[in-house]
Amino acid sequence: MRRKATLATLAGALTLVAGTAAAQTELTMWYHGAGNEVESRIINQIVDDFNASQSDWKVVIESFPQLSYNDSVVAAALAGNLPDILDVDGPVMPNWAWSGYLQPLPIDESVIADFLPGTKGYWDGELYSVGLWDAAVALYARRSTLEELGLRTPTLEEPWTGEEFMAALDAAKASGKYEYAFDPGMAWTGEWYPYAFSPFLQSFGGDIVDRSTYQTADGVLNGDAAIAFGEWWQSLFAEGYAPGTSQDPADRDAGFIDGRYAFQWNGNWAAVATLEKVDDLVFLPAPDFGNGPKIGAASWQFGVSATSEHPEGAAAFIEFALQDKYLAAFSDGIGLIPATPSAAAMTKNYKEGGPLAVFFDLSKEQALVRPVTPGYVVAAKVFEKALADIANGADVADTLDAAVDEIDADIQRNNGYGH
Amino acid sequence: MASINPANHGLRLAVRYAVLSIIAVVFLFPLVFMIMSSFKPDLQLLQDTGSLRAFLPVGDLSFENYREAFERAPVWTFVKNSIIVTGLTVALSLFFCSLAAFSFAFLNWHGRDTVLAVILATLIVPFETIAIPLLLLVSKLPWLGMDGIEWGWLNTYRVQIIPWVADGLTIFLFVQYFKDLPHELVEAARVEGASWWQIYSRVVMPLAGPVLATAAILKFLVMYNQYLWPLIVVQEESYRPVMVGLQYFFQLNTAWGEVMAYLTLITVPVLIFYLALQRAFIASIASTGVKG
Repeated sequence: MRRKATLATLAGALTLVAGTAAAQTELTMWYHGAGNEVESRIINQIVDDFNASQSDWKVVIESFPQLSYNDSVVAAALAGNLPDILDVDGPVMPNWAWSGYLQPLPIDESVIADFLPGTKGYWDGELYSVGLWDAAVALYARRSTLEELGLRTPTLEEPWTGEEFMAALDAAKASGKYEYAFDPGMAWTGEWYPYAFSPFLQSFGGDIVDRSTYQTADGVLNGDAAIAFGEWWQSLFAEGYAPGTSQDPADRDAGFIDGRYAFQWNGNWAAVATLEKVDDLVFLPAPDFGNGPKIGAASWQFGVSATSEHPEGAAAFIEFALQDKYLAAFSDGIGLIPATPSAAAMTKNYKEGGPLAVFFDLSKEQALVRPVTPGYVVAAKVFEKALADIANGADVADTLDAAVDEIDADIQRNNGYGH
Repeated sequence: MASINPANHGLRLAVRYAVLSIIAVVFLFPLVFMIMSSFKPDLQLLQDTGSLRAFLPVGDLSFENYREAFERAPVWTFVKNSIIVTGLTVALSLFFCSLAAFSFAFLNWHGRDTVLAVILATLIVPFETIAIPLLLLVSKLPWLGMDGIEWGWLNTYRVQIIPWVADGLTIFLFVQYFKDLPHELVEAARVEGASWWQIYSRVVMPLAGPVLATAAILKFLVMYNQYLWPLIVVQEESYRPVMVGLQYFFQLNTAWGEVMAYLTLITVPVLIFYLALQRAFIASIASTGVKG
């Protein structure tokens, strides 16, 4: 009798499970975090929690290596094989929206009211994507270096001016203690160049494209401010302040930690690992070259593919993922800046007084998103090449003029990219 | 005629071995660096790159990078996929390309030379130029599976194998080799009443060992190093090959030790395959004058 009752209970439970599974509509999701164990564990946990929290949708995740993720998505879009939910790098989002890979994100925008600006992906007046975190860049330094060189510690309220920054590099160079005074990170090619270095240009008063129209780069990438930036940029390498484009990636990773570089321009993602090896590490705000201190913004965000037949289900998952506990889990796990102040308060690194709290403030105060245009994808590559050429000694004005021509030609070829 | 001076001969031999040793060192050092680095922690690995220590098993050595590589990525899945895709492609390619070459070398049919010229012309077309049209094609192709007709080949082994079975270089290698074989053998077999299939399978192919080895090695390298094609046609991890898998190790802060451990693991099958066939490979290269 007892055995029969147990079997009946088991059968009932199985029926229930089968019933729930059958009722759930499957949503496919692609994510860029393959190979990152911590990131994969957290995103899988969110997916599991979501699937268990309701009976309408079941998200199935497929992870891709970050370096090849964009190529995989573009190929899948061509083959008509996109998933329901995509994650997309912030500056690339307008291109994917314009190309028809994404559809507007149907979520209640009051949910993201207090999210950092860089985590919200707007294109053409509509929200297409939203991120659980942002990234920020700071000037890494040792407190002991600042003291030995007799330098003022810059603050968010009073960052170094361009002159103070160069005086700091001069002092480091003159001390003879360092192989290079400044490591901007020339070994990190690709998106690092526009993300990390275009804020210097913007602080000089230039930009990659004219944001008032998004129809040209003329005047902003080759105007007086841009030329001043280019000459400063070239001087960093010509006068031996910084390692050039031939920098070994190994030196990029270890040069500052080993004490061979006095200052390093680096992101918050490297902060925890560096803190473990450098006792008196401090994160300094970007210098102000005349038009305010700037750093880049916008990291990976979630969106709904244009071909999804269940945008409401995809949006339900994205809204579910935006909970503070997940923002905090990602931040604690991979060191990125949580999107909200309330989530920051839950983290070990970004809570008030936390070792990386300064990055949250930097992101809030200094961040400027990269140009919000589908043409950014091409403009970024042109900008990267121009900066590398200038670093290698090319004529500044000619190089910037050529870059403007290339960017403008691309904009014209694409009929203004829908602006 | 001048006689050979033993002293000069010794000197010449010494110079020759010295030059060969230098060349061997140049080719071996990257492999030695990769293997040695795979046993070192990241910081030591990076610090050693500036000195000869990079090539020596010194410092804090362990299998930690290998353990972490297996935790980071399904290494054996990638290796298994690459071996399946590479093995099947090589086998099918040797069969079909040799058949095609047999036809070009021994059969007389209208338009033969034109077709061969067209096939050889494909050698100058870079794969990148046809990748997207090919992607669009395979994403719509039918396949008869266990559940009836399926549409689209994406996320399968066949999409990584079938487009690569026939290629101009392999056909060319076989054609060149077959043309150098004594045609009397084929004529004698015909007189004896052998069919073309019998001539192919019992007369020509048993003599084709060197070119089979050469074609197999070249095809193996092409297939084992596939990156772009699997990247765009395979979205599921369970079908990814080793080169796409390598991307798993390049994170925001690259774990170089794990990269070296992974590279060491995926290089082993290539070395084994090459060493197994190298004698025939060298013989074939020497006889055909073809350089891979």
